[in-house]
Amino acid sequence: MSDLIRSTAAELAARIASREVSAVEVTQAHLDRIGEVDGAVNAFLHVDTEGALKAAREVDDDIAAGAHVGPLAGVPIALKDVLTTEGVPTTVGSKILEGWVPPYDATVTRRLKEAGVVILGKTNMDEFAMGSSTENSAYGPTRNPWDLDRIPGGSGGGSAAALAAFEAPLSIGTDTGGSIRQPGAVTGTVGVKPTYGGVSRYGLVAFSSSLDQAGPCARTVLDAALLHEVIAGYDPMDSTSINAPVPPVVAAAREGANGDLSGVRVGVVTQFSGEGYQPGVLRSFEAAVAQLKQLGAEIVEVSCPSFDYALPAYYLIAPSEASSNLARFDAMRYGIRVGDDSTRSAEEVMSLTREAGFGPEVKRRIMIGTYALSSGYYDAYYGSAQKVRTLISRDFEAAFATVDVLVSPTTPTTAFRIGERTGDPLAMYKADLCTIPANLAGNAAMSLPSGLSDEDGLPVGLQLMAPALQDHRMYRVAAAYEVARDAAAGAPLIQGVPQLAGAAR
Amino acid sequence: MPSISRDEVAHLARLARLAVTDDELDLFAGQLDVILQSVATVGDIATADIPPTSHAVPLTNVFREDVVRPSLGQQQALAGAPAAEDGRFRVPRILGEEA
Repeated sequence: MSDLIRSTAAELAARIASREVSAVEVTQAHLDRIGEVDGAVNAFLHVDTEGALKAAREVDDDIAAGAHVGPLAGVPIALKDVLTTEGVPTTVGSKILEGWVPPYDATVTRRLKEAGVVILGKTNMDEFAMGSSTENSAYGPTRNPWDLDRIPGGSGGGSAAALAAFEAPLSIGTDTGGSIRQPGAVTGTVGVKPTYGGVSRYGLVAFSSSLDQAGPCARTVLDAALLHEVIAGYDPMDSTSINAPVPPVVAAAREGANGDLSGVRVGVVTQFSGEGYQPGVLRSFEAAVAQLKQLGAEIVEVSCPSFDYALPAYYLIAPSEASSNLARFDAMRYGIRVGDDSTRSAEEVMSLTREAGFGPEVKRRIMIGTYALSSGYYDAYYGSAQKVRTLISRDFEAAFATVDVLVSPTTPTTAFRIGERTGDPLAMYKADLCTIPANLAGNAAMSLPSGLSDEDGLPVGLQLMAPALQDHRMYRVAAAYEVARDAAAGAPLIQGVPQLAGAAR
Repeated sequence: MPSISRDEVAHLARLARLAVTDDELDLFAGQLDVILQSVATVGDIATADIPPTSHAVPLTNVFREDVVRPSLGQQQALAGAPAAEDGRFRVPRILGEEA
């Protein structure tokens, strides 16, 4: 296996900037890797070979001309197919947008291009980001590189699997209820949900607007931080974008790597353990907490009682917003159109198109949202869920009055088998149990590998949560933990991914 | 909590403009019932004195300067349309036969 595809983004950027290796060589190595293994993994829905090589050549030309380039210039990235890319297909994992070529770039896409980050292609996802396994994609499931019979998490399973399969050193995900963090956990990678409003939603195909947040995915904490600073920042094109400086996440990751957490107060959320949690996941989590203590952190238990109600609140709020947002897929302005035989009415064509274009989970959520927003049910369902949202924010406020960061397992189990939960929506929803509170309150959260579960040898994620706009706090703790864990284990966890069949050496 | 019937699911599908099949109605009626019963637990702690939160960032009336900015051209806007005619979106008839 080429050392280029095993390198971190930080290393690649340094080698490209010093002209030790060209951006074109790095890009080609990753395109070759995708060609070798993506038949088995299915992380990509679209590979933009020409666009990627052209972008890489431009970076090489700039460097040759002595131009100042950004800290990730020339480094390849995989972009979740929920962000628009001008001239490159964007499907959101749905049949309803099959073949759609957006006429504009999302702000995240634009910022990546301006920073010289090379976009390799678009990654697979649960349709409209609704799911926890990527099995809801209309284009077939993505497989977990640790075990191809298992799910890579969701909705951003493609973005996480691309990292674990060494198809890209960086990727972008979006996190509405855990869609960055849970895939990160089950693939042994790092995934960050920035503070809501920290990264622009312009050009992010909306699922649940008050919760959706794009963020960085990588194989190391520092790489995630470098990517975070490229994509974050105020954007007048998103009215919920926060007009404040980007938290100093790169500096925090470098500081944390020194390994001293003296004076840092870490709260263990007591609600996230017990029934439904895989014992090996809990053991890995407890070992991680012990490691944080060894690094000098003060550990306290924190109770957040309303977190028990986060899952039901989320599965009312997100479908309610989705039922409204997805009304735009009406077969008139973009996407497919079904049954337009010049006798049927617009309404009939709309209903036939949505029936053919949406998969079962999207239909379920649209109908649940329609129900929850109906007069007569609104107060009991949507109204109550909004009140729970208030209680969850209050629990976070109370917790952060006494601790700097909160920790929990990222998700209750390791990667489950493909097909295991598809017939039981509620079982699928439980994968989001620990990640949802941070979406409802809007604060920052991330997942990073804490090791392998001792009963099945699959990756486990440690979740860190920080107050809004204090994203740097969790990066500092994460970087310190990463160094200590890797030193104790003898190597980064990601090096344990099995060699994928058919892959060249 | 009342359980949700097959007819109610059919009604929701109509409201949501989803031409669902009979098989789907059977499947969804059971599933939506289970999901709605489960999420109804939010009522357990949502007492009258708690204000609702619609949004994590408290923002009101975000304004911008009223200035002309570049936007999509007609061709770009129509490029993704399922049908276009004379520089416009072509849509099926919007009135019913008996209207």
